[in-house]
Amino acid sequence: MKNNLHFDFIADKEKNTLTIRREFLAGRQLVWDCYTKSELLDRWFAPKPLTTKTKSMDFREGGHWHYAMVEPNGTEYWGYTEYQKIKPIDYYTALDAFSNAEGEINKDLPSAEWLVTFTDKGENALVETIVTYKSLSDLEAVIQMGMEQGMTATLEKLDELLLILKK
Amino acid sequence: MRRDIFQAIADPTRRAIITLIAIHAMTPNAIAEHFDTTRQAISKHLRVLTECELVKQQHQGREIYYMLEIDKMREIDKWLEQFRRIWETRFQQLDDLLSTIKYKK
Repeated sequence: MKNNLHFDFIADKEKNTLTIRREFLAGRQLVWDCYTKSELLDRWFAPKPLTTKTKSMDFREGGHWHYAMVEPNGTEYWGYTEYQKIKPIDYYTALDAFSNAEGEINKDLPSAEWLVTFTDKGENALVETIVTYKSLSDLEAVIQMGMEQGMTATLEKLDELLLILKK
Repeated sequence: MRRDIFQAIADPTRRAIITLIAIHAMTPNAIAEHFDTTRQAISKHLRVLTECELVKQQHQGREIYYMLEIDKMREIDKWLEQFRRIWETRFQQLDDLLSTIKYKK
């Protein structure tokens, strides 16, 4: 059944954006909650085998989400999301960056702007996420970080690919 | 300096060059005719593209033709495919969470 759910993944190499559209088998309010409540975000945001841990969250314009993605061995990678505009349950925009455990943003690592829009699709919800990086190499850096963090087993192949690319 | 495929496509002129030579191999002069820039600037871009292994040179008589390494372009797509999988995994987890919450209700 999951296979029937709409899924688009579009990379615009000129605008340095990723557009990801996904349909979910739930109403818009419920999906909105999963994106905007830390106790729910903690249960899905970090891709396996990583887990999500929220340090603090204040979901309002100017507020933030300070979280870690945690490796099975306990290593933590901190992120800090600043919320800019929020219109429940239609959309929110945010600035997503890497940070430390104290919530200080690491300016050397790439940040990205997020625009997350929620719409109805019959009884289901459709979520469109547009992630804008400053450059495509920023996006590459994010991937490389993910790789170092062992973000997901599927990234093992990327190791080999990056080696080929860098030769 | 680090050279990779992402640097190659980071510049609008280089992207335009890629589009041009994707159709057929061209000499630097023929490429330069399409741009309001110096032949020198085009040579520099071609050098970057060559270093990134995105184009290769082919000598025909006295002329050098630049052609696109199509396989190299495919690597960008393969690389993006990995990123796509991260999102797929993440969303499958959200699917599971949503169905758990719905059953509880």
